Amino acid sequence: MTISQFLLLGSALFSMGLYGVITRRNAVLVLASVELMLAAVNINLVAFDSYFQDQLKSGQMLSLFVIALAAAEVAIGIAIVLMIYRNRQSADVDELSEMKG
Amino acid sequence: MTNLDYHALLPEIILAATVMVTLVVDLITRRKQLVAVTAIIGMFAAFVPVTTLAFCDSLSFCTSSGAERVLFDGTYVVDSYSLVLKGVFIFAAFIVLLVSVGYLGSDRYYEGEYYFLLIASTLGAVAMASSRDFLTMIVALELVTAPAFLLSGWRKGDSKSNEAALKFFITGVLALALTLFGVSMLYGLTGSLLFADVAAAAPGISHIPLFILAVIFIILGFGFKVSAVPFHFWTPDTYEGAPTPVTAWLSVGSKGAGFVGLLSVVYLALPSESAIWGPLLWIVAALSMIVGNVVAIQQTNVIRMLGYSSIGHAGFMLAPFGAAAASGMTDLSPLFGATVTYFIIYAVMNLGAFGVAIIIGSRVGSYELDDWRGWRRYAPGVTLMLAMFFMSLAGIPPLAGWFAKFAMFSATIGVGNWWGYSIAIVAAVNAVIAFVYYAKVIRATMFDPVPDGVDVAELEAKTVPGTAGLAVGIAAFGVIVLGVFPGIAAELGSFSTSMFAALGG
Repeated sequence: MTISQFLLLGSALFSMGLYGVITRRNAVLVLASVELMLAAVNINLVAFDSYFQDQLKSGQMLSLFVIALAAAEVAIGIAIVLMIYRNRQSADVDELSEMKG
Repeated sequence: MTNLDYHALLPEIILAATVMVTLVVDLITRRKQLVAVTAIIGMFAAFVPVTTLAFCDSLSFCTSSGAERVLFDGTYVVDSYSLVLKGVFIFAAFIVLLVSVGYLGSDRYYEGEYYFLLIASTLGAVAMASSRDFLTMIVALELVTAPAFLLSGWRKGDSKSNEAALKFFITGVLALALTLFGVSMLYGLTGSLLFADVAAAAPGISHIPLFILAVIFIILGFGFKVSAVPFHFWTPDTYEGAPTPVTAWLSVGSKGAGFVGLLSVVYLALPSESAIWGPLLWIVAALSMIVGNVVAIQQTNVIRMLGYSSIGHAGFMLAPFGAAAASGMTDLSPLFGATVTYFIIYAVMNLGAFGVAIIIGSRVGSYELDDWRGWRRYAPGVTLMLAMFFMSLAGIPPLAGWFAKFAMFSATIGVGNWWGYSIAIVAAVNAVIAFVYYAKVIRATMFDPVPDGVDVAELEAKTVPGTAGLAVGIAAFGVIVLGVFPGIAAELGSFSTSMFAALGG
């Protein structure tokens, strides 16, 4: 296994996530796409870390923090989506366009 | 492992303790005012160590190892730059807290949790100013924005507030993912997350396309956080929909944290690569100024107008970054100092403007400019304050705003080549455009007749909430003092650049 294979996987996941964030209309799926992007970041970080044999393990440390951050983000995101669903009976992002200008 | 420098960490420790204490106080008492009092006392207490650290050399009890205190193997540094910004963030949070007390009391809001989240967000901003590696920076950045996502949706039943929260949340996490992806690539190229290590490795790898891509990704992520054009589309909607005190915090605290991150990354981690980030930020700065100010003219809602105005001000703050694009820049400290000076003054006057807007808006029940006409008839004092803050935002002497613009112009022109001149010209044109919409608000409130069907006597009878009045008074005092004695802001700005000397250029 070479580092480039991991990086390709990372970039592919990141691109899929970015595509999902832009095109998906359901807020929950947008959240899932963001998770995909953060997973790509983790793959990159761990791959580089093991490639360098980093003594400080800073890449793996950061990926642990990213996992924790992603969990916190999902908790907040689901809370916001639930709140919107209660008010509108829908979690469609495109319908949320009350304010313009 | 050396002993921990508790004095250097004291602001963060006090804020973290306040976060916990507000939660406990909220649980044990039904009088929510007590939670607010706890929060305000905590904020006050956190400001004390910031000042003792700043004046450490002249204090007898302070055992100093110089102005710079390096903690946790260089990942967390308390130096002049971080102290100045910590002071601004704590001041901003203090004003927002004061404004929030009256606002939350006016309707059925969850109060205890509100203060808890606001102080957590402040803690993030304060930690952001000290972080000197990407890990600390990302965690601090999320600590700033994650509570802000929740705060912007605080009016749970209001669909505008819902929309504000979701838009802010999606762009916020997208920005986080973009920044992190850039950081992962930068880590792959340099093998370290420390800004100092990245700065040392950068000149050797700056020709690699992946490096350029990494820098672009990181700046893209921060572009969302500072709401610069073309990453601004969430800003007006979030600002309008969120509860107004939260908007005030977003426009100073959250945006400021983004600027601190950008300043640290650009000037501390990538100082030698101004040929890459300079032109990029030049375009972003010019676009932000033009779009922010031109679109603001058409706005009828004052908060939305202030949202676009804050985009324009982000452009003014980014202008010195753009001026650094010239190759062969060795001394970046004047540009760095100009952005810090601008941010300090912007924080004071923008908080004041929001404070007055909240006072007027909660009395009228609307933020539409048409409903604000003729305010001088029933509240001359408040209207005068409003006129003062808006004139300061427009940059009219002797109010503080003029010096912010002056510092920005003198730094960009001081670069002495066309990167600097051109951005200064764009800024000058936009400073004039900005005057149009600020003057529109002043004219409507000062000179226009009262709209039909408004009960003047009823509006006259209402009083300004004491805490909000205090907040506006403090901001007004700041705006006048900083405008008449601009040396203070200039001193703070150049004090913040003294860490460049410690870095050796």
